[in-house]
Amino acid sequence: MTSWKKKLLGYTAGAAVSLSSGAGWAVEIEYWQYIFDARIKAMDILIEKFEAANPDITVKQTTFPYADYRTKVAAAIPAGEGPDVVQLFYGWLNDYVDAELITPLPTDMFPPENIEAEFFPMVQAMKRDGQYMALPTAVRSLALFYNKRLFAEAGIEGPPATLDELIDTAKKLTKKDGSGNLTQVGITAGMNAQDHHWFREVLVRQFGGAPYDDANTTVTYNDDAGVAALKWYTDLENVHEVTKFGFMDEPQAAFKAGRAGMHIDGSFRIGALNSTRGLEWGVAELPAGPDGMKSNYSSYWVNALTSKAKGEKAEAAKKFIAFVTTDEAMQVWLDTVGELPAKPSAGLTDENKMNPTFGPFINGLGYAKTTVFVNESGQRQVLMDATQRIFLEGQSPEDAIAAAAAEEQKILDEHYN
Amino acid sequence: MAGTTHIKGSSSSLDAARVNSTRNGADVWQIVRWVLLFGGGILMVLPIVYMISTSLKWPHEIYNLSIIPKEPTLDNYAYVLEDGRFYTWFFNSLLIATATTISAVIFDSLVGYVLCKFEFRGRMLVFIAILSTLMIPTEMLIIPWYMMAKTFGWLDSYWGIMFPGVMTAFGTFLMKQFFETVPDDFLEAARIDGLNELEIWWRVAMPMVTPALAALAIFIFLGNWTAFIWPLIVTNSPELYTLPVGLTTFSVEQSVEWELIMTGAALATIPTLIVFLIFQKYIIRGVVMAGLKG
Amino acid sequence: MNLYRSLTIKQKQVVWAWTFLAIPMIFYCVIRFYPTFNAIALSFQEWNLLGARTWTGIDNYTKLFSDPVFWKVFKNTFIYLILGTPISLLVSFIVAYNLDKVRFMHGTIRALYFLPFMTSTVAMAWLWRWFYQPVPIGLFNNALATVGIPQFAFLNSTTWALPSILAPAVWAGLGFQIIIFMAGLRAIPQTYYEAARIDGVGSWTILWRITLPLLKPTIVFLVVLSSIGFLRIFDQVFNMTSNNPGGPLNSTKPLVLMIYETAFSSFDMGYAAAQTVVLFTVLLIVSLTQLYIMRDK
Repeated sequence: MTSWKKKLLGYTAGAAVSLSSGAGWAVEIEYWQYIFDARIKAMDILIEKFEAANPDITVKQTTFPYADYRTKVAAAIPAGEGPDVVQLFYGWLNDYVDAELITPLPTDMFPPENIEAEFFPMVQAMKRDGQYMALPTAVRSLALFYNKRLFAEAGIEGPPATLDELIDTAKKLTKKDGSGNLTQVGITAGMNAQDHHWFREVLVRQFGGAPYDDANTTVTYNDDAGVAALKWYTDLENVHEVTKFGFMDEPQAAFKAGRAGMHIDGSFRIGALNSTRGLEWGVAELPAGPDGMKSNYSSYWVNALTSKAKGEKAEAAKKFIAFVTTDEAMQVWLDTVGELPAKPSAGLTDENKMNPTFGPFINGLGYAKTTVFVNESGQRQVLMDATQRIFLEGQSPEDAIAAAAAEEQKILDEHYN
Repeated sequence: MAGTTHIKGSSSSLDAARVNSTRNGADVWQIVRWVLLFGGGILMVLPIVYMISTSLKWPHEIYNLSIIPKEPTLDNYAYVLEDGRFYTWFFNSLLIATATTISAVIFDSLVGYVLCKFEFRGRMLVFIAILSTLMIPTEMLIIPWYMMAKTFGWLDSYWGIMFPGVMTAFGTFLMKQFFETVPDDFLEAARIDGLNELEIWWRVAMPMVTPALAALAIFIFLGNWTAFIWPLIVTNSPELYTLPVGLTTFSVEQSVEWELIMTGAALATIPTLIVFLIFQKYIIRGVVMAGLKG
Repeated sequence: MNLYRSLTIKQKQVVWAWTFLAIPMIFYCVIRFYPTFNAIALSFQEWNLLGARTWTGIDNYTKLFSDPVFWKVFKNTFIYLILGTPISLLVSFIVAYNLDKVRFMHGTIRALYFLPFMTSTVAMAWLWRWFYQPVPIGLFNNALATVGIPQFAFLNSTTWALPSILAPAVWAGLGFQIIIFMAGLRAIPQTYYEAARIDGVGSWTILWRITLPLLKPTIVFLVVLSSIGFLRIFDQVFNMTSNNPGGPLNSTKPLVLMIYETAFSSFDMGYAAAQTVVLFTVLLIVSLTQLYIMRDK
C-alpha cells in the first residue's frame, strides 16, 4: 500500500476510534522542556494532578537534551511542528516574541495586576504591551557555595559576608605547588559560568553603578563603577592570586572535585552537588559590597503558549499554564527539583527561609534583579572576551570595559532597531 | 591517474610486511624503527586508554590522571546499561546504520558504475554536480530537510532519520574510481553473451570490486553510526533516538557528566571495533585499493 | 520495445545510463541540490526562522565582508588547512613508510594507528581538552612540570589554541592516511627498487626519485580529501571550546562554526546562508584547483 493511502487509512481509523470512545474528545496538548531528570519527574507529577482535575485534557511531555534544545526548537517551529506549551529560558523571550512563536497570555485568565501582586518582581520582565507572555514555575538565584571541609582545614569559621572578607578567605584557601602553580583555588572564576551574571547585576551595582538603563536598551556599565567591578574581579587572579580563570576547565568542575574553596553558582547546582560523593558543602548569601549593598541575579525558565496552539488546544494549554503556576505546583517543584518558587507566598515561608540549603537563595530573591537579555550567549561572550583581553593581551580594565560596552551596545542596537 | 594498476603479488602479501633487501647494519635500525613505531602506536591509543579508564572511575576521581582508578567501578556501565533506553538507542542505531549502508552501497556503486563505464552527454556535469554536494555543510541542510520531512510526514520515523543518507557522493566517487580497474573486455564479453546491462553490473562488475564494497560499507556504517545532528533534529520520541543522541541526555544544564559520556563512548566503540577486527583484512585491502585509484 | 531495438548501441547505452540514474538523480535533486539552491537564494534574504522572509539583496554579503570577525574566521579556516594537511600527510607518510618495513606485530601496530579513526569525536575532544589543562589536572602540563619546564597555555592562548585543537583532528585522521599510503607503497613494483640497488643508488635517493613520484596519485588523493576535511573542520572546535566557542577571542573559529552560531544562536538564517555560500565557493575553488593540477600530470 502506498504511504498516502496508509496515512489516510490511519487517519480514518483514528477518527473512528476517537469518535466512538464515548466521553467526547480528549484534547491532547504537547509540552516541551529540556532533559533534567528531576524536572521531568516534577512535570510528570504535575501532569498527573492536572489530568486528574481536568479529565478531558491529556498532556504529552516531550524532552530534549539541554545542549541542543534551542536547535531542536529552531528546526521544529518554522515547520509548524512543536508544542502547545513550551518552556523557554526567559532570556530567549525577545527572540520568540519577534518571531511570533508565542502568543500573549490573555488578560482575563492572567490579569497583570494579579501577577504583579503575586509573583516576585523579576517576573515583570515577561510583560510586553501590558500583557504577560509567559510565566515561570520556579526561579533561580545565585549564592556562594563553599567547601566545608576545606574551610575547616584552613581554620576558617564561616563564609565571608563582604567582598573584602571574600578575598581574605580565599587567600587562606589557596594552595600552590612547588613551582607556584595553583592546585587549589580560593574561589572559582570564569565568565563562562554564572560569573557574568554576578558581574552585571551584583558587582557593578555594589561598586555604585548599574548595568543597563531602565528601558534596558542602553549599556551603562561603561563608567567608574563598571571599571572598578571588572578590576576587582580580574584582580582576584592578577593581584591576589586566589584563583585562575579556566582552572580545571570549568568552575563547577573544580568545586565538585573539591579543589575550590568557594564557588558562585545558581540554585540549579544543588542537585548535582548532592550527588557528588565525598563533597561537604554549604551555602551562604552572596557577599555584600563595600558599602554593605546586597544584590543578586535571578533567572528563570518560563512556560509560554505557542502560536501553534489553536482553539481547544489553546484553551487547554492556558489552563495548564495556569495550573503549573499555582502555589501548589511551585511547592511540588521545590520539593522535587529544588528550584525556588516564583511567588513569595510559596517561597518566602519561614520554613524555606530557615532551610540551610535554600535559605540563602530564597533570601537573595528578595533583592534580586534580572537582566533582560537580547542575545544571552552573545552578551555573555562580550564579557568573556573582555576578561580574556585583560589576561591574554594585557589590556587595562578601562579599555576592556569600554570595548565590552561598545560590543554589547551593538548587540542591543541591532535588536531594538 | 592510473587506469588499471594491478597490485603485485597475492592479497595475502598485503597483510605481511615487505622486507627490504638492502641492509646496512639494518638490524639495529630495524629494532629502533620498530620501537619508535610501536611507541607511536601506544601514544596514538593513549586517549582511548584514558577513555576506558575514565569510564571506570567515580565522578570525583575523573580528573585524576592515573590510568588505573584508585576505586575502580563498574557503576557507570551499570548505570548506562540498566537504563533500558540504552538498548533502544543501540538497536535504533544498528537498524538505521545497516539499512543506510546497504542502500548506499547499492546506489553509490550503481551511480559510480554508470559514471565510469557509460558514455553519455552530461556525464562530467553529473559527476561534478554530485561531487559538489560534499561541499555544503550539513548544518545548512537540516532546516530544509526538516521542512521536507514535515511536508511528507516523515518526521519522527526511521525513514525520516535515514533519507538524507541513502546514497552518498563520497561513495559514488569511490566506486567510480574502483570501477576503473574493471577491464571493459569483461563487460563486452558479457554483453555478447546476451546479458542485459543490469545483469552485467550486478553479476560481472560488482564481484570484481568486492574489497571496495567492503571498505565502503565500513565507512558508511561508521558515518551513520556516529551521526548526530540530523537524527537529533528529526526525532521527538525518545524511542527513536539513535545512540549518539541518546548519550547526550547525560549532559544536563550547565554540567556534563563526563564519566557517563566516556562510558557511552566506550560502549559505542565496541561494535565499530568488532566490525573493524572482523573486516580488517577486507578493509585494508579495500582502503589500499582506494588509494591506488586516487 | 521496437523503439528501443531500433536504437544504436551507443544510444542504448545512453538509455540505460539515464534509467539507472533516474532514481539517484531524483534523490540528489530533491535532497541535495534543492536545499543548496534554497540556501543560495536565502543568502539574499533575511529570515529568522519564525517570521517571513524578506529580500535584502546583497546586504548579507556586504555585512559579511565588512565584518572583521569574518576575515579572522576566514584566515583561521585556511590556517587549519595549511597546517593540517601538510603535517598530517608528512606524519602519516613517515609512519607508513617505516611500518611497511616492519614485520613483527605488523597487524597489531597497524590496528593501533587505525583505532583513533573509529572513536567518538565528542569523547575524544573532551579528553584532549582535559589533557591540555594546566596543572593539576592536565596531562601534558603535569609532564612538563615533572621535568621542570614551566606550564604551557595550550587552549588558553590566542596563538596556540588553534594548533592545539588541530592536533586531535590530525590524530584522528592519521590512521586512514597511513593505510592509504601503505597501499600506495605496496603498489610500486619491486623491479624499480631492484634496478636501483643494482645501480648502487642510496635509499634516500630511492625515496626521492622513485618512491615519491610513483606515489603521486595517492598523495594527490589524500591532499584533496584532507583539504576538504580541514576546511570544514567543526566537531573538534565545537567540543573543545564549548565554554567559549571559537575562542579565545575568535582565534580558533572556523567558518563552519560561524555558520552554526549564526544559524542556531542568532537565528539569522539569511546571514548564515551567505556564509555557507562563501564556504562552498572556497571548497569548490580549492578542490577544482587540486583536481586540475592532478589532471595535468
